[in-house]
Amino acid sequence: MSKTKTVHKREPLFHLVKRDDMKWWQAWLVRIAAIVVALLLVGFISMLLTKESFFTIYETMYRGVFGKLETGSTVMLWKYLQKTAILLGLSLAVTPAFKMKFWNCGAEGQALVGGLASMICMIELGDVLPYPALILVILLSSVVAGAIWGVIPAIFKAQYNTNETLFTLMMNYVATQIVKYYLYIEGGGSNKINPVAEGNLPMIGDNKYALNVIIILVITILMYIYLNYSKHGYEITVVGESQNTARYVGINVKKVIIRTMIVSGALCGLVGMLLVAGTDHSIDTNTVGGQGFTAIMVSWLGQFNPFIMVLMSALVIFLNLGSAKVADNCGLNSSFADIAVGIVILFVVGCEFFIRYSIKFHHTKKEARV
Amino acid sequence: MISYICRAILIGVPMLYGATGEIITEKSGHLNLGIPGIMYVGAISGVTGAFLYENACGNVLENMNPFLSVLIPFLCSVIGSALMGLIYSFFTVTLRANQNVTGLALTTFGIGLGNFFGASLIKLVDSDLPSVALTKTSNFFCTKLPFADDLGWFGELFLSFDFLTYLSIIIAIIASVILSKTRVGLNLRAVGENPATADAAGINVTKYKYLATCIGSAIAGLGGLQYVMAYANGSWSNDAFGDRGWMAIALVIFALWKPHMAILGAFLFGALCNANVYAQGLGVETQELFKMLPYVVTIIVLVFTSMRKKREHQPPAHLGLSYFREER
Repeated sequence: MSKTKTVHKREPLFHLVKRDDMKWWQAWLVRIAAIVVALLLVGFISMLLTKESFFTIYETMYRGVFGKLETGSTVMLWKYLQKTAILLGLSLAVTPAFKMKFWNCGAEGQALVGGLASMICMIELGDVLPYPALILVILLSSVVAGAIWGVIPAIFKAQYNTNETLFTLMMNYVATQIVKYYLYIEGGGSNKINPVAEGNLPMIGDNKYALNVIIILVITILMYIYLNYSKHGYEITVVGESQNTARYVGINVKKVIIRTMIVSGALCGLVGMLLVAGTDHSIDTNTVGGQGFTAIMVSWLGQFNPFIMVLMSALVIFLNLGSAKVADNCGLNSSFADIAVGIVILFVVGCEFFIRYSIKFHHTKKEARV
Repeated sequence: MISYICRAILIGVPMLYGATGEIITEKSGHLNLGIPGIMYVGAISGVTGAFLYENACGNVLENMNPFLSVLIPFLCSVIGSALMGLIYSFFTVTLRANQNVTGLALTTFGIGLGNFFGASLIKLVDSDLPSVALTKTSNFFCTKLPFADDLGWFGELFLSFDFLTYLSIIIAIIASVILSKTRVGLNLRAVGENPATADAAGINVTKYKYLATCIGSAIAGLGGLQYVMAYANGSWSNDAFGDRGWMAIALVIFALWKPHMAILGAFLFGALCNANVYAQGLGVETQELFKMLPYVVTIIVLVFTSMRKKREHQPPAHLGLSYFREER
């Protein structure tokens, strides 16, 4: 043995072995460790850039997200919850598609057309319909618009196996251009629409974010049930694992793809409605603000589990707002937040490696010497 | 008309760089959605390099060596974007992370990085405009052949561009030849089609994947540099690069994974992006609809190529899947 190994001097130092013996709590320890390391790294980088002390940075982050909670001011907290809810909503929306291995990168566009549909209803039908009917029409139109935007790529995927990643990506830009077109038509020269008073979603008390948060929480629970305890959810899982298996057991794969994307797109459209009719009462091309892309990562980081996604979107938004505050306080550009989010996501994605594989080191060199 | 074509070519070149880089990467089986971020990093590294060199020369034109003032941004850009490619390949090849998620995270990270350093530079310049102007370096980049102006429309159409534009075409042709005519290209395609078979044939799969991704990223990064130096006349402002990175990824499909096709595709995309200028009589709102054209055309091409199912028009078979040798 030792002879052959001295001949093969370039025997690698270690090799990788796939593992499936890791317990769920061990896996979570690895993930939490990755998040902690990433957070420390972000803190360290901001320390280098701002020359503040380590703890000041985290305190600034906390203040940037929650504000002055102890004085009873909950304005910042609600904004945080709202942003988290919107990101969570989009993440939930793309999850059924992802579980089916359909890469819906079009949440951005689907939410935007949903928002646009509500905007058009608010402007055109605002003083025509009575309030309850108006809200119903807004809800229906935005859900249908989102679903249409989602189902177009799905039909082609099901029929001709067209690459859905790029198709949905392109649909985002088509949606953006349509919104721009509408802004010119409706806003005239100013290229923007002033907040519309008609057709706003009801407020709970005087808080315009609370309803959004509650709706998204309900959707979280529904989505958990849909994915884990319904026939549809089961079919999605089977199609995602293997389309051949799905066909063999008699699942109509095309139907599942199209149906799932209708659900996905409709949910995105609903989130768009929450943004437009619920909070902004207006629309521009930045209404969704890139959250559709972040949602893809949140969904993946959440392992397709809606409840973990709650934590993940809370983490991402915390980082986003927190590091933006750090950057703002120290005169840095707000893009620092993007860098921070990017680092944390890369760490969490990378740590999966240590959960799925173990590294076996070789001790060949010592043996060879003996 | 001539100036319209020239403009279209100028707009198309960053996409051509991005597409050529992405084709090389995709041939190794990696769908790098980080390209938009990488192009930002390529641009900002080049801008930073040029900025530092201009400052080192005291912002005086006479002190600047034309050769160095092109070489420094060029190298900075290549190194910066290759490093991003290295991050991507470390995560997707070695750690076998999901390629879509890694790519998107890298795009977020790269655009953040670009805007962050861009803003820092803008702050250093302390000008009224929110941009960094590197006109001197840009002029070196755009140096024309001395007799180009004497040749009329021919000169304008073929000889009036900056050297990065010609380089993009040369790189695309070289990439095309390497991919289809050489052993290295054959090996690379084998890695992308079926890494297990390639591994069995003695090809170092990991090495090919790493190299293809890093070289591809470096090429894509040059697109960012060309945008700043030639199209924007050396001025960097945040988010100006826009969605050209995504267009580059769309162009890969349009070109059916062939770099030489990407040349034509890029110029066509450039023309489509510019079509709204042609439609000036139609008013601003219709122009916005015209800006939709490149995306719609991409979708149509996407659908048609998938409908025809010709074997040579398909993406590499293992695109988007990570390879683990011990997996059956």
